[in-house]
Amino acid sequence: MTSALVLRTAGTNCEVETALALERSGARTQTLHLQRLIAEPARLFDASILVLPGGFSYGDDIAAGRVLGHELRHFLGEALATYVARGGFVLGVCNGFQALVDTGLLEGPASGGAQRQIALSANESGHYECRWVTLRNEPSRCPWLEPGLLWPVPVAHGEGRIVFKDSSALERFRAAGQIALRYVRADGRPAAYPGVPNGSTEAIAGVCDPTGRVLGLMPHPERNQSPFHHPRWTRMGPRQEGEGLAFYRRMVEVAGRATR
Amino acid sequence: MRSHEGGFAPNPWCSGLGDLLSLAPEPEFQPLSPQTVPQPATASSTQAAFPRAWRVEVYRRPELDDPEGARAAGALRELGLAQARDIRLGRGYLLSPELDAAVVAGIASDLLVDPVLESARITPPTQAPTPSSAAHRVLVMRRPGVMDPVAATVERAIQRSGLSGAGGAPVRALCFSVWELQGSWTRAELELAAAKTLANDVIDEVRIDDERLHFQLPGAGATRALERIALRDANDATLEHISRAGHLSLTLLEMQAIRAHFADLGRDPTSAELETLAQTWSEHCKHKTFAGVIDYDGERIENLLKQTIKAATLELALPWCVSVFHDNAGVVEFDAGWHVAIKVETHNHPSAIDPYGGAGTGVGGVIRDILGVGLGAKPIANTDAFFVGPLDLPVASVPKGCMHPRRILRGVVAGVRDYGNRMGIPTVNGGVWVDPRYVGNPLVFCGTVGLLPADCASKAVHPGDVIVVVGGRTGRDGIHGATFSSAELHDESVVVSSSAVQIGNAITEKRVLDALLRARDAQLYRGVTDCGAGGLSSAVGEMGAECGAEVHLERVPLKYPGLSAAEIWISEAQERMVLAVPPEKLERLLQLFAEEDCEASAIGHFTSTGKLTLHFGAECVGELDMHFLHEGTPKWLRKATRPVVVHDDPACPPCADATAVLLRLLSSPNIASKEWIIRQYDHEVQGLGVVKPLCGVRDDGPSDAAVLQPLPDSRRGIALSCGANPRYGLLDPWAMASAAIDEALRNVVAVGGDPERTAILDNFAWGNCARPEQLGTLVEAARACYATAKAYRTPFVSGKDSLNNEFRSVDEVIAIPPTLLVTALARVDDVGCALTMDLKSAGNPVYLVGLTHAELGGSHFFAEQRIEGGRVPRPDLALAPRALRALHAAVVAGCVRACHDLSEGGLAVAAAECAFAGGLGLELDLARVPCGPLGAHHEPDSVRLFSESCTRFLVEVERARASDFEAKFSGLDLACVGTVASHERLVVRSSSGRVCIDVELDALRAAHRGGFQG
Repeated sequence: MTSALVLRTAGTNCEVETALALERSGARTQTLHLQRLIAEPARLFDASILVLPGGFSYGDDIAAGRVLGHELRHFLGEALATYVARGGFVLGVCNGFQALVDTGLLEGPASGGAQRQIALSANESGHYECRWVTLRNEPSRCPWLEPGLLWPVPVAHGEGRIVFKDSSALERFRAAGQIALRYVRADGRPAAYPGVPNGSTEAIAGVCDPTGRVLGLMPHPERNQSPFHHPRWTRMGPRQEGEGLAFYRRMVEVAGRATR
Repeated sequence: MRSHEGGFAPNPWCSGLGDLLSLAPEPEFQPLSPQTVPQPATASSTQAAFPRAWRVEVYRRPELDDPEGARAAGALRELGLAQARDIRLGRGYLLSPELDAAVVAGIASDLLVDPVLESARITPPTQAPTPSSAAHRVLVMRRPGVMDPVAATVERAIQRSGLSGAGGAPVRALCFSVWELQGSWTRAELELAAAKTLANDVIDEVRIDDERLHFQLPGAGATRALERIALRDANDATLEHISRAGHLSLTLLEMQAIRAHFADLGRDPTSAELETLAQTWSEHCKHKTFAGVIDYDGERIENLLKQTIKAATLELALPWCVSVFHDNAGVVEFDAGWHVAIKVETHNHPSAIDPYGGAGTGVGGVIRDILGVGLGAKPIANTDAFFVGPLDLPVASVPKGCMHPRRILRGVVAGVRDYGNRMGIPTVNGGVWVDPRYVGNPLVFCGTVGLLPADCASKAVHPGDVIVVVGGRTGRDGIHGATFSSAELHDESVVVSSSAVQIGNAITEKRVLDALLRARDAQLYRGVTDCGAGGLSSAVGEMGAECGAEVHLERVPLKYPGLSAAEIWISEAQERMVLAVPPEKLERLLQLFAEEDCEASAIGHFTSTGKLTLHFGAECVGELDMHFLHEGTPKWLRKATRPVVVHDDPACPPCADATAVLLRLLSSPNIASKEWIIRQYDHEVQGLGVVKPLCGVRDDGPSDAAVLQPLPDSRRGIALSCGANPRYGLLDPWAMASAAIDEALRNVVAVGGDPERTAILDNFAWGNCARPEQLGTLVEAARACYATAKAYRTPFVSGKDSLNNEFRSVDEVIAIPPTLLVTALARVDDVGCALTMDLKSAGNPVYLVGLTHAELGGSHFFAEQRIEGGRVPRPDLALAPRALRALHAAVVAGCVRACHDLSEGGLAVAAAECAFAGGLGLELDLARVPCGPLGAHHEPDSVRLFSESCTRFLVEVERARASDFEAKFSGLDLACVGTVASHERLVVRSSSGRVCIDVELDALRAAHRGGFQG
C-alpha cells in the first residue's frame, strides 16, 4: 500500500482534509509534526509521498511560508534532497507550495536556495482571495497530471503570484517541462482576473521540479473532494465525488507504482 | 454562563491605588522636540538619535510592483491627497547591536529577504540609514509593549537555526514599516496620511522623515511590596474616588459591600483582592443590569434575563439542548456521538479604537470560548456581523475622536480575515448594517461554532488538581478590559486607552488549539476555561468557585519582567487558557504541550478551602472568600419606563419608476454585495462547506445561510445564519426583536435547516441603560424574545449583552439604536437536500410563502423615500411557526429547487437576487401576491414590492411537484406569483396588469455590486 506523510507545524491548517483525501485515494496516511520529523528524519523514507499541506505556517510572518521553508532548509535539507533523489514524491499545496518554493527543491538538486529562480509574490489585487477557479493540466514532467484535463478547484491565498527571476528562468522551466498547471476559463480559454486570482506569470498555477515528482500548486484539490464541495452542485446532477479527489488518487497510484 | 467581552484595557491603571507603576517606558534616548533636533545631526547627537541596533530594511525590487504601496496610495487619494501615486513599503527589522556584520548579512539573506523578489538595505547600529531615493519616509513602529508577533517569530527562527552564531546570546528583534513616498508633500499632509491610513496612533509610533526608532522593551516597574488599600476608614466620597481613579467601575453600593466585608475580617484589602472583586463584579461578567432588579413603571422585575431569555429555554425543555447558559458556549446534540457548540461575542469598544486589533482579538476570544466549552470543542466555523456608520460620510462630518466608518469597516474585515484565516476556521456567515448612530460606537460581533465528542460536554475541578496556564505569555496588555467595555466611549477614549491595546497572535492560539484537542483526547485534564476579561482572576476564580484555589503568581510566564502581582493576575493578554490537571497526568500534559511548541506552566492548585489564595514569591498578596467573590455582589435596582412605540402609519407612496427604486435599493449598503468581504475570508478551509456564502451561476447570489457537513462520513449538516434590523429598534423594540428571530429562522429554513432542531443566540447591544427609557426598550425586546422563542419552539442556548454603547463628544451623546443580533444554528438532516437561492430551471413556477402587510416602518423603501415612522414588521406568532415547518416539509420532500427569504427591500429585492444569481429571467404578477388588509392610504403595489413583512419566502418549485408543494401549505398563505423564464430579465406586472419593472439581469448585477467595495 502506498504510504503518505502529511507534515504539520504551528499554523498548518489543512492537514485533516488533506489526509482524508489521501486516505480516500488509498494511501496509508500519517500526519506528523515537524518537530518529530526533525528529531527522526529517517521517518521520511518510510513514505512514498510527502505532503506539505496548506495553512499559515508560523503565521506567514516575514513572508508566506518563509519560516517553514527556512526550517526545512536548515533541519531537513539533506534528508529532503536524498528523499527526492531516491524517487520520493513531494506535494506542496498553497502554504506548502510557498514553503516548497523557499526550499529551492523545485529548481532541482543543482541549485540551493541562493539560486532560486521562482518566487510566490503578493497577489496583484493586494489582498487575500478565496474563490473557485478552473485549472488545466499542462503537458509536463509531472507523471500524474493527465495533460489537457480541465477541473474546478478553490484557491485561498494572499501570496500566490508566481514570479520568475527573469525571462530565461521562465524559459528554463518551460523547456524542462516544469510548468504543470495553468488557470484557465471554464471552457479552457485563457483567463484573466479573477479567473487568474493572483496575477501569476502566464497564468501558472503550479510547477514541478525537473524530475516531475515534486509538485507545488496554489489551489486546494482537497477542498473539492465531496459531491457537495462545488459551489454550484445544487445546479448539477448527482455527483459521486469532487474533481480534486481524482488528482490525489492519480498521485497515489503513480507514486505507488513508481516506488514499489 | 453569559460571559464577557474578550478584553481590552483603556489605560495606565491604578492611579488611585497608589503609585503601583508607571507605564512610561524608560527611554533609551530622550526624545527631543522637532525644533531642538539638529538636522543633519552632529556625530554625537546622531549616536543618541539613531537606534542602537542593526537595521535591515527589505524592499521589493524596483522593477516589480508594490501591491501594499498601491493600496495605501489608493486610500490616501480617497482622503484627497492626490499626490499619493508612487508609494512603496519597506519591511524593517531592528536586531541586537552585538551581532557581527557578517551574521546580520546572513540573517538577511537566509531569512528576511526573498532572493527573487526583494533586496535589503542594512545599516549598522547608531548609524544613519542608507540614503533613499524617496522624497519622504514615514516610519511606523509598534509602541513599546504592544505585541509584535512577527518580531517574536524572527527571534525564534534566528535562535533555532543558530544564525546568530555559536554561543551567542538570544537575539532581540523589533519590526517596523517604512512607507517611502515620492512626490511633493507638506509636513501636514504627511501627518494626515500617517494618522488616517499608514498608522494607528493607539498602537503605533510614527516618525516622519525622522529615523530615531526605539529599540526597547516597556519599562520594568520596580516589583512592589504588598500594598493594602485603606478601605475600612474610607468615607463614601473616598470610596467613590478609589473606584473611579482606579478604573474599577464599582458603584458606591458595591464599594460599601466590600468595605463591610473587610471590616468584618478586620483588615484592609490588598490591591490584588480589590482588583479581583472589580473584575468579577464587572457589568459584563455579572450582567448586573440584565440580571438585576428593574422597576418597570412600578412593575418589579426580579431578573429580566431569567424571566425572559432563560425562561423560554427552560420552559421549552427540549431534550437536545445539552448545556445552556452555564458553560462558555451553548451545546446542542448533533449526530451520533457528537454535539455542536456555539457562542457569539461582541468586541465593540476595542474595535472603535483599533478596528484591526479589536476585531482580531474579538475573533480570538470567541474561539477560546469554544475551545473552553465542556472539555474543549474543535472550532469549525466563524460568523461575524458588523454595524458601522455611513460609508459615504463626508470626512468633515466624522466626529472628533472617531475613525471614518470606511476605515473601521476595512480594519475589522482585515482583523477578522487575518485571525480567522490563520486559525484555519472558515468564516462562512455574517452581515453588515449601516446606520448614522453607529458612527462613534461601531458594533463588532464575532461568533464560533465548534464540534465536540458527546462525552466531552462537561467538566470538573477536583481539589488537588494542578492549575496549568497554557498558550501566550502574560504582559501588561489588556488591563481593565472588563471595566472599559462597561463604560461609554468618548472623544478622549483614544488618548486615554492608548497604552494598553492588545494585538492578537493567531498562531499562538492555533498552537493552543492543536495541543489542547490532543490533550483532551488523551484525557490529560479534567477542566478547562479561557482567559477572557479579567484574565487569570476570572478564569481561576470561576473554575475554583466551588472549592478554592491557590496560585503562585511568580510562576506565570511573562513577556517581559517587572509586572506586579496584581498586574499578572488581571492582565488580559491574549491566547491563554487555564486547565485543571490531575497531578498524576501533569508530566504527560507538559510533555504534550512541549511537542506542540506551546508553552504550559503549572501555577498552583485547586484546594478545598473555599478561598482564593494568591502568592507572589514568599508573600501572600491576597486571600478572598470564594462565596463573597461570586455571591457578594449587591443587586442593582434600576428604573425603566415603557418606551413610546410609534403608532403612526404614514402612507406608502406610489412609485413612478419602480425599476429605479429597485436598482437604488440593490446598491444600498445593507443590501449590496458583500463579495469584497467574503472573498477575503477563507470560507473553504476544513472542506466542510455545502452551501457557500455566495452561490449561483456566477457565484454572486447572496446565500441566506451557510450549510456545513462537519463529519466526513455522515450526511448530517448544520445551517448557520443571523438576523438583525436596527432600523426597527427605535420605532418598536418588541417588533424589532421578534422580527430578528424570525429573520434568522427564515434564513436557516431557506437552506434546508430543520425548524424543529434550531437553536438561537441573543446578542443585545444597547445604549446606556442607566437611562430609564433606554432600559425600557431592553425590557420590551427581552420580552419579545421570550414570546417569540416560545412560539417557534426555538430555545436560546447562549447570549451576551453589551449595554453601554454610546459615544460622548463635546456637544452631543450618540446612542446606538437598540440592536439585537440573533444567530441561528439549525440541524440539516441530509446535506443532499440543502438548497441555494439561485433560480434553477426555466418554466418552473415560483411561489410566495406568507402574507404581505403594509409594514414599511424601518423599511429600506421608506428610508429610500425619506419617510419616517410607520408600522414595523412583526411575525404572526400563531401562523409563522407553522409556515416554517410546512416549507421545511416541502424541502425535505424534494419539491423545492430554490428558496430565498424576503428581508431588506422586500419582494422586489429578493426576486432580483434569485434571478441574477440563477442567470434566469423571472416573471412576477403582483396581483397574485397574498396580502393582509392594506389600508386605503397605502399604494398596494408599493407595499407588495417593498414591504418587509416577516415569514415570507420566494420559492422555485419543481414543475411536476407543484401540487405536492401546495399540499404542504394547507391553511397557510401561499400563492404562485410567477414563473422562471428563459430570457434574462426581471419582469413584474402591477396589480392592474401594467409592466412596472422590466430590467436586464446585468443591470441588477451591476447595481448589486455598485455599493462600497472595500
